[in-house]
Amino acid sequence: MDVTTLLIGKARNVIDYFADPVFNWGRRNSIWMLHLGIKCCALEWGPFIARFDAERFGIGPRASPRHCDLMIVAGPITHKFAPKFKMLYEQMPEPKWVIAMGDCAISGGPFFDSYNIIRGVDKLVPVDVYVPGCPPRPETMLDGMFKLQELIKKRKGGYYTCGP
Amino acid sequence: MSAEEVAGEMKKKFPEADVRIPRASRLTASVKKEVLLDVCSFLKDAGFDHLSSIAGVDRAENFEVAYFLWSYEKKILVTLKTAVQKENPRIQSVIKIWEGANWHEREAYDMFGIVFEGHPDLRRLLMPEDFVGHPLRKDFKLPEVE
Repeated sequence: MDVTTLLIGKARNVIDYFADPVFNWGRRNSIWMLHLGIKCCALEWGPFIARFDAERFGIGPRASPRHCDLMIVAGPITHKFAPKFKMLYEQMPEPKWVIAMGDCAISGGPFFDSYNIIRGVDKLVPVDVYVPGCPPRPETMLDGMFKLQELIKKRKGGYYTCGP
Repeated sequence: MSAEEVAGEMKKKFPEADVRIPRASRLTASVKKEVLLDVCSFLKDAGFDHLSSIAGVDRAENFEVAYFLWSYEKKILVTLKTAVQKENPRIQSVIKIWEGANWHEREAYDMFGIVFEGHPDLRRLLMPEDFVGHPLRKDFKLPEVE
């Protein structure tokens, strides 16, 4: 390693050290979630987004995975949908987080012994926060969101391939 | 034409068929799979123009294919049952008689592995293409490891 590369690396470290808290503050206060309503838990986004106004915490649904930081898995993933689901996850820009919402996404729920359900979405993608319930109440969902914000604040969880 | 008259004509034409009338405007018939296409053509000509469903059933000793036919004029629901052996289950497709049998037969093939001879496009309907086994068979085991 020559001196120039070393210096650039050190400079990036210094910049990251001072800039990353700012970026992190932005990340946790503008969580855009993917509007992927897989099953009935997605109906619970209605009160969660509108009645409790998740937009005041910077949480809002976006239509394209390329705009999103967060994927809320609101239902069971079938074997047939799993490749497309992974493709959606891989299209999201980093850093990205995943919330497993409801019993179906956590463990398969009432369909745990079905032949076409993946028992737990964490077999496909890394999950940061599990929000149990069938379906979870909107307050529970907000609590899960605050847990996620704490995680981002402590720089835990999430999926990064580079950077802090 | 009432259900009794349809049953009488069926008994006259297919003496081996087991025709029953469990209740009003219902008719149940069990036929051999060799005469299935003849029975189906007869019923189509008799006015049963709607094939609402094809169901596979896993009995202990054999598979069973059930055709549910409805006549809009007569208001009669016919359940036509045919037994298929478990080893290498094959049966004639009724797609030439009722065009709508296409996806029903694909579903029965997907879930039970019953091969419908004469079907133009017999692929899996609901399960992924690379799925191994037929999930509604009684001897299907859930894969333990995903």
